Amino acid sequence: MNFKRISVVTAAATAGLMIAGTVQAGATFDAVKKKGYVQCGVSTGLPGFSATDDKGNWKGIDVDACRAVAAAMFGDANKVKYTPLNAKERFTALQSGEIDMLPRNTTWTFTRDTSLGLNFAGVNYYDGQGFMVSKKLGVKSAKELSGASVCIQAGTTTELNLADYFRANKMEYKAITYDSSDETVKAFEAGRCDMLTSDQSQLYALRIKLTDPNSAMVLPEVISKEPLGPVVRQGDDEWFNLVRWSLFAQINAEEAGVTMKNVDEMMKSADPNIRRLLGVEGVKGEFLGVDDKWAYNIVKQVGNYGEMFERNVGQGSALKIARGQNALWNKGGIQYAPPIR
Amino acid sequence: MADASPERETPAKPRLLSDPKFRALVFQIIASITVAAFVFFIVRNTLHNMESRGISTGFGFLDRVSGFGILQSLIEYNETSTYGRTFVVGLLNTILVSVLGVFFATIIGFIMGVLRLSSNWLISKLAAAYIEIFRNIPLLLQIFFWYYAIGFNLPGPRQAMSVGDSLFLSNRGLYLPAPVFESGFMATGLAIVGSIVAVIFLARWARKRFEATGQLFHTVYASLAILIGVPALVYFLSGSPMHLDYPSLQGFNFQGGVVVIPELFALVLALSIYTAAFIAETVRSGIQAVSHGQTEAASALGLRPSWTLRLVVIPQAMRVIIPPLTSQYLNLTKNSSLAAAIGYPDLVAVFAGTTLNQTGQAVEIIAITMSVYLLLSLIISIFMNWYNAKMALRER
Repeated sequence: MNFKRISVVTAAATAGLMIAGTVQAGATFDAVKKKGYVQCGVSTGLPGFSATDDKGNWKGIDVDACRAVAAAMFGDANKVKYTPLNAKERFTALQSGEIDMLPRNTTWTFTRDTSLGLNFAGVNYYDGQGFMVSKKLGVKSAKELSGASVCIQAGTTTELNLADYFRANKMEYKAITYDSSDETVKAFEAGRCDMLTSDQSQLYALRIKLTDPNSAMVLPEVISKEPLGPVVRQGDDEWFNLVRWSLFAQINAEEAGVTMKNVDEMMKSADPNIRRLLGVEGVKGEFLGVDDKWAYNIVKQVGNYGEMFERNVGQGSALKIARGQNALWNKGGIQYAPPIR
Repeated sequence: MADASPERETPAKPRLLSDPKFRALVFQIIASITVAAFVFFIVRNTLHNMESRGISTGFGFLDRVSGFGILQSLIEYNETSTYGRTFVVGLLNTILVSVLGVFFATIIGFIMGVLRLSSNWLISKLAAAYIEIFRNIPLLLQIFFWYYAIGFNLPGPRQAMSVGDSLFLSNRGLYLPAPVFESGFMATGLAIVGSIVAVIFLARWARKRFEATGQLFHTVYASLAILIGVPALVYFLSGSPMHLDYPSLQGFNFQGGVVVIPELFALVLALSIYTAAFIAETVRSGIQAVSHGQTEAASALGLRPSWTLRLVVIPQAMRVIIPPLTSQYLNLTKNSSLAAAIGYPDLVAVFAGTTLNQTGQAVEIIAITMSVYLLLSLIISIFMNWYNAKMALRER
């Protein structure tokens, strides 16, 4: 009897203390500064967004979101530690303070922004949900998919969009939900389901993981809006600002034509836009609580938005995704950042 | 608490603090207050912190529309159902797996336990090999094995293996014809219930007569005749008010009939084979706990070997078997939560997984899920304790 009581109490206590601990630790910004690195929640392996390369280094645009913040704060993009999370674990990990920021191909939605105690700091990739089917099926459009079995990752907006789409088109489906996207690929490959649904960018990434990528095709339909971006805990505006403006700095750098290569020359540029961006004149890093050269460090070490995009998911990568909606606003896309001034 | 020794002669000025009874009471009160205060602090602290961080709390989410589909549901469910309903769907799926698992594990376990004691060298060694192999491999790996090895190697629905165009086996699962009951089926249903009641009374009567007169009655054959004969007679007399709904291939998949999804199949298989290995050992130890003299005495009385097992050994072995058997049933039920690993929609996958993630209310949902498993385990325990009391040695 006593033992039972003790173990119940201990369990309750640990749960309570975990939450208590993070609150007492104070604002995230100060805590991160003090410990000297950013604890970054990423996916368990999604090429182009966050995955380890053959040397075990994390690569991807979500990884770069954390690296940019580290560059701004510490002047060193490598001061990041990674926590791989599956879709189900991610919000709890951020809420409980296990990680400082969560750039994990996470869709910005009303419920997530308002009821989870979290804030979305921006959009680093505009995505939309699509379908991948086996070429053997001979299907050309998602409208022909009534009665299909669908492999899907648990705990995503994808699950909800799928239900909406089939309901709206009066079609039937069977959803088989797995914990990780690797399992969905395995099941899709084994023919457990007729199609796999996920964000389009992921579909391209998952398709490379197939033994024979050419046996599958991605259907043209895009059935939802999926703005993906880094998430932080509510209640620390300083930290929120830093994460948000680290991304904006990259977008502004691309717009101004500042790249990893020419950033040192650009320090001498006469263009006031560039001079402000790189902290040569005008705005001060102290508004963000960091060094004046914060944006310089981001561009120097991580690159501007376009470089980051091409390197991880674009032409410089195996995914070869076109810029599309993710082009700058003045180049036909919707990536737009407020000015730095 | 031990009473003060009555042999003490002179109660030399009993000081309150040195009175063991009083001291024990004081310490228990202090301990209880500390525990209560601690729990109160934790709960209040958690609620306060969640509120200050803007995390929504409460159980209102159970009434909100879920908006996602579930692979297998024993009750009516669609995307417009509420989160409360997803909870029920998940719970029923968990109960389904547990009941099937317990059923098959018990059967396999008893057979293997008896075979383990067989005097035939080969049989007993085969049983031993089974037990040692399946008891010593982690359950999760076994679940993956059955799922990937069997479920994924079956042909697709268009190349499904079929038996007489009514039974189809493919990587989408096993499709069987489903019975569809028509309006006149009520009479047959009543006949089934009636014959079950009749069989129970018959068995009681036969037993009483046997104890009073020693005359045997063929209860088994008579019961079978009643159980099959009466409902069949009523069924045909009322004009066969039932037909079968055969599955047929339409588009991507089979429509109609009932389906056993590969996830359910793999999970039940893995759980029963794994747990049966433990049950087999329990059964073996139970049988070996019955003194050999009992068997000898039974043969001296001229009982047949099958009767010796059924009337002398098993009833006594059960007293040793039931308590550990109970914990195996509890283990199986709790282990069924590994379902999430292969996409079977059990309580953990549907409720503590998808629902938790869509609503973000981790504390409430995990609390509900834990209480459900606690409740399930307590129900199993209560039932098994009742059964144990019934099987216990009684003096007549």
